[in-house]
Formats: sequence, structure tokens, C-alpha cells
Amino acid sequence: MSNVVTPQAPTRPSTKTEPAPMVVPARSRRKPASRDRLVAILMVLPSFVAIALFVYGFIAWNGWASLTDWRGLGKMNQVGPVRFPAAPFAGLYNYDRLFQDDRFLIDLRNNAIFTAAFLIACIVLGLALTILLDQKIKGESFFRNVYLFPMALSFVVTGTIWRWLFLDKPFPWVTNKNLALAAVTVAAVWQMSGFTMAMFLAALRGIPDELREAARVDGATEFGVYRHVVLPLINPIILSALIILGHISLKIFDLIYVMTGGSQTLGFATDVPSIYMFQLAFRDDLFARSSAISMIMLVFVAVVIVPYLITNLRSEAQT
Amino acid sequence: MFTIKSRAAWVAAAAMAAMPLLSACGAATPVPSPTNTTVMTEPPTAGTTMGETPAAGGSAMMDALAAEGIKPDPSAKGKFEFFSWWTAGGEAEGKNDILNLYKELYPNVEVIDAAVAGGGGDKAKAVLKTRMQGNDPPDTFQVHGGPELIDGYVKPGLMDPVTGIYKDMNIMSAFPKQLLDKVSYQGEVYSVPANIHRGNVLFYNKKVLADNGVQPPTNWDEFYKAADTLKAKGIPALAVGGKDTWAVTMLFEDILLTTAGPDKYNDLMSGKADWTDKSVTDALDHLKKIWSSGYVNKDFSALTWDEAAGQVLKGQAAMTVMGDWAKGYFQANDTNWAENFGWEPTPGTAGIFKVITDSFGLPKGAKNPDNTKRFLDLLASKTGQVTFNLRKGSIPARTDVDTSKFDVYMKDANKDFASATALVGSAPHGSATIEAFSSALTTAINTYVANLGDPADTAKEIQSKATDLLK
Repeated sequence: MSNVVTPQAPTRPSTKTEPAPMVVPARSRRKPASRDRLVAILMVLPSFVAIALFVYGFIAWNGWASLTDWRGLGKMNQVGPVRFPAAPFAGLYNYDRLFQDDRFLIDLRNNAIFTAAFLIACIVLGLALTILLDQKIKGESFFRNVYLFPMALSFVVTGTIWRWLFLDKPFPWVTNKNLALAAVTVAAVWQMSGFTMAMFLAALRGIPDELREAARVDGATEFGVYRHVVLPLINPIILSALIILGHISLKIFDLIYVMTGGSQTLGFATDVPSIYMFQLAFRDDLFARSSAISMIMLVFVAVVIVPYLITNLRSEAQT
Repeated sequence: MFTIKSRAAWVAAAAMAAMPLLSACGAATPVPSPTNTTVMTEPPTAGTTMGETPAAGGSAMMDALAAEGIKPDPSAKGKFEFFSWWTAGGEAEGKNDILNLYKELYPNVEVIDAAVAGGGGDKAKAVLKTRMQGNDPPDTFQVHGGPELIDGYVKPGLMDPVTGIYKDMNIMSAFPKQLLDKVSYQGEVYSVPANIHRGNVLFYNKKVLADNGVQPPTNWDEFYKAADTLKAKGIPALAVGGKDTWAVTMLFEDILLTTAGPDKYNDLMSGKADWTDKSVTDALDHLKKIWSSGYVNKDFSALTWDEAAGQVLKGQAAMTVMGDWAKGYFQANDTNWAENFGWEPTPGTAGIFKVITDSFGLPKGAKNPDNTKRFLDLLASKTGQVTFNLRKGSIPARTDVDTSKFDVYMKDANKDFASATALVGSAPHGSATIEAFSSALTTAINTYVANLGDPADTAKEIQSKATDLLK
């Protein structure tokens, strides 16, 4: 029997309720709706204002700072309640310098390699752990927690422990130019693969047993069940995991700072933009250039997250 | 151990777990790093307790202070916040000695010892800069004399001058003029130097040199001859702690001092002279020769400065170029340090004193300026200078102090300091150039040493940074 089951099951069974029939006359619907809307707006307004100010306002301020020649402490201009760096406008000078800066280019390369390796390893390892745990083994909850626990640690703790592990024999990786980035990746994967496992496991438990049964009845092998039923159904969760892990790895700072400090004596083998950003601001007093790095990082994260948000919004609008 | 039983709860838990991760986006808090971080740090001054502990107070000390016009004053009230990155070893002891003396003079002032541990001040400086920018300065803070003080805090208008202290105590001439110039701006003095470390010192193992019939070199040609002799015996002439990137920069500085001379050295560091100058490429050539000829320990990139000094201590290497905090290391590890180890200025730099100084000033808007002035008076006094430095292991910044309690190295350094023909700064220690350029220089020099490429390219790269950062 080569019949392979194509799953028709809804990914979100609960939302599949019938839309309510439109029986309410238009006139009587209007008034309460607008009052509802007013209340809704009032409810949302405080957080909207707070976010507009404290998130987007600060991003805009930072963006402005990155276009100036702000160096050193002091010297601020008070404009109403806001203080701006009293530095001449410099256009894209800081961005230009950064993209000519060998260290920054190394940082970008390192971050790209780290992100790719970290994402792939986390997803693959997370899936493997999930499938193993899905075999109805004894003490499943025990293993589940064991795998998830590393996530409860802070990156600083993880970084310190793994630094010690990789400092000396048999794996003196953090002192090796070519292996330092791998060492950092291993530590990050150790910490976060349990998290992907948890997400996948949660998704797996949302798949009705009937679907798998149906596949088995139709003669699918266990592998076939995973390949053609389970995986397609948890695809959206894999995407979510990629987004969540992706924005962590693009902004990674604490783990690497603690583990290697960026490996400055190994040709910046594990340096990433966030470490350079920190040092430019708080060691070198080059605040404008530091702001420019943060804007570049913001763009990278936005490239990952915005399409996801848009698809999410669309799918929400559909349901 | 907790378990999550129901399926729904498990899904919820996974979702909850994801939330703090997402909300952590904006929270880029600086994290403390372990002491052994590879971030560029300045050496903790590995001081050790001297034979004698200067007793805090004691009537003799109080009499000496009274003779300098500093008398106990119980009517002084309020607080005094002292900000530094001295938390361990000799430097913490020196700090405690002088703060205890302060407490004895002013028993009703509450002294707040705001020390931020970690590295050689990287963390402390990050905290300090945030506080200064936020108009919440401590009453006084540790800052390297030189551009770190002047460009970092004085020019932006964050400090008040303390010239009055020098005038009132009539001690302008007690400090070398070139030193006061480093902490002055537009005719006003902005801090009181607390101590002096020398940055251009060659420490050597006397036995290793004697066994191989080698004299301590006084210029680089002598060094190369000595290094060849030692190399034939399988001993690296120079132990370098290249894991501390600034250690390589300091070696480069010392060579640059011999190829450029102190005046052009200062001009290069301040951006007045061009880094494509022959003196720079010559210095880079020296570096290349030292590295490519096998004069340096093979594991230099994995060692910190004190581990490199350890190779000299054990006789695995003959010499090391380091700031004189390395004396503290030898002292701590060998009771006969003064007999077993010798010191000279780095080859070719006799008469030149590369100054590294911690100093204290009066931040604008300090909450207890009177208590700060009381502290600066004490720090500027002979008694204060000696009290602070004896256990820290550095020498006083004043040249007119009683040296009877100094060890043999300190006496030497004190003499050289007073008679130096030129006092120059050190980039990684804030006394030669601004921190942004110091970082760029350190990156360029360490990259050069790792790749040993064309000196002209590296010189051009440094000049490009100088154009950008030293304008």
C-alpha cells in the first residue's frame, strides 16, 4: 500500500468554530460597537503611549545619535524634556567607518556563522530529543525536565561553566583560533536546545492521536508517520522556534562576553557586533558609532522578525 | 522535582518560557565577567604586603600630618564617596590604608568605598561613565592621569579644577612639572596623582643571563645579540604575555620611544605627527624581527602578563618587558626577589620614564565637595602619598617624600622618576592618548604581530584610525 495519508486536520482545531450568522440589524449594532471601541482604545492607550515613547521613541533617538559625531561624555542639548547629544550632524559617516572596519566585518561574519550553526543545531537536536521522548518511555517527565533545565540558567552561568570546560584538556577550544567560535556555539546549543524540545513536544501533544492511527492503519511506517504527518503539522512551531532563537543569536552578548570576551588575542575569533558596541560606548566613548552598530543589529533582527509578524497578522485576520 | 502533568499546562509552560526571552530584547545590561577574561584589561597591580604595615594613624603620623597643615576635625560631617576599581591585593590595601587615615582625621564623615571589581577597571569605568553622564558623580574617582582624565572628563566640563589645593599647600614644585602637565588643562590642575608606575621596565632573571654570559641589554642591537646566544641554548629571550593585548602594545611603545624619541612619540600619540612616519615602520620592523626570529616564548598568545613573568621567575625565559607592577609579582613569589631578579629600563629608553598614574579629582556636582577637598589635601600630603603607596607597591607622585621605608626597587624607581629627562605616557593606561585610539592601536599592533605582514600597511591602518579618532 503506497497510499500516504495527507493530513487534513486543522492545526488549530479550537479556532474552527462557525462564524456567527449576521442577524443583528446594522442600526442597532453601531452604537454599542463604537462605545466598545472607545473603551478598547482607552484600554490600549496607556501601553500604546508607553511603547511609542520608551521603545520607538528611544529607537528614533538612538537612530539620530548614530547620525551625529557624538563622542565623549557630557555636552547635551536640552530640547523640551529630551536631551540630545550636542554633536554635529555627520550623516552616514559612522556607518561608513564601520563597514571599512576590519573588526566589524569579522563580527558580522562571526555572527552569521554562529547564528546558522546555532539555529540548525538547536532545531535538529530539539527534534531528536522530542522524537525520543515521544516514544512513550518510562520517566518521560524526568527527562523532559532534565533537558529543559539548562534554559533556567543565565547565559553568564552557562558561559562561565563552559569556559572552564573548554579552557583545558581534553578540549582547549576557547584558546584555539579556529575552534573558539565552535565552543561558544556548543554552549549556546546546550542551553537552548531544551527549549526547542519543549516547544516541539508541546506541538506534538497537540496532534490528535487519531491522525497517527489513521496513518498507521493506512500502512505508514513509524518513520513515515513522522515524516508525513507529524513534521508537516509542527512546521509552524519550527518557524516560531527559528524566530525566537534567531533574534537571540543575532543579539548574543553575555554568553560570549563571559566565555571569551570576543577572543581579541585570537584575531577576534568570537567577537560579535554587540561586544564591539559595548566597548565602543563604554570603553572608547564613541557613542555615535556604538549607536550605529545597534541600529545595524536592529535591522538584522527586523529582517528576521518582521516577515514573521506580518504572516502572523495575516493569519490572525483570516480567522 | 516538579513535573507538569496535563498537556495544556505543558503547552502553557512552553509559551511562558518563551516570553521572558522575547522581552529580554532591550535589556542589554553589562555583565560582570570572570577575573580571567580576555577582554583588554589593565593589570591589577600585583602588590604584596611589605615587611611592615604602616599603622593607620598613630600619633607620629598625626604629628607629621599636622606639620603639613592637616589636622583632625571632628566637626567635618556628611558623606564621602570614593570610587575605584581597587578590590584586591596590594592596591586594595593601599586604598584601605589611606581611607583609614582619612577616617581617623574625620571620624564623623561617613566614608563610602564604592569599588567596582573586575578587569582593570573596564566595569568600573562603564559604571562611572553612566553616572557622570547622568549627573550623579561620586565625590572623587580613580582616573588615569593624561588624556583619560583631560579628554574624558575635563574637556566635556565634568570636573572642577583643584589648583587651589596645590597653591594652598604650596606643593606645585613637589610634583614633576611634566606630570602636572598631564593632569592640567588651560592653566588649571584637575587632579591629584596618587601614585606612579613605570611602564618601560625590562625585568630579567640574573642567573639565566649569567649562566649564558649575557649582559642585560641597553639597546636593541645588544638585545638581538643576547637573544641569539640564548636562542642557541633553547631559551626564549623575551617572555610576552600576549593574552593581555595591551602587553604587546606596551612593548611596541617602548620600541617606538627608541625609534622616534619622546617628542615625536608624544606627537604621534596626540595625532600631531603622521603614523606613516619612518620611526613607526622601523618600530614595526623591530617587532617583526623579534617575533620572526624566535626570540619570544612560543605560547605568548595564551599567557597573561603575570604568567609571562612566571616564565622569567622559573628561568624558562630570560627577560620580560612589563610595567613595574611585575615587581609585585616577583616579590610575591620569591622572597629573594631583589637578589634573583634585575631590572633596567627597556633597551634604549634610559632616562625616559613611561608614566602610569592613578589620580583623583573633584567632579562637578559632587555632593560633598568639602569632604573631597579634605581627601585630596590628605592625598597630596607627603604622609598621604607614602601611606597610600607603601603597600600598593608603586612610588609616590611627589619627589620630596621620605624614602626610608621603600624597598630597593622603589628607591631605584623614585630616583629615576625624579631625574628623568622625559616623562611620556602609555596608551593602554590612559596617559598617552584617548581610549578610542588606544583600542584601535592595540588592535592594529596585535593583528600585525599575529600576521607579521607589511609594516607600511599597518602604519597606514593606524594613521587611518588616527585621522578618524584624534581629530
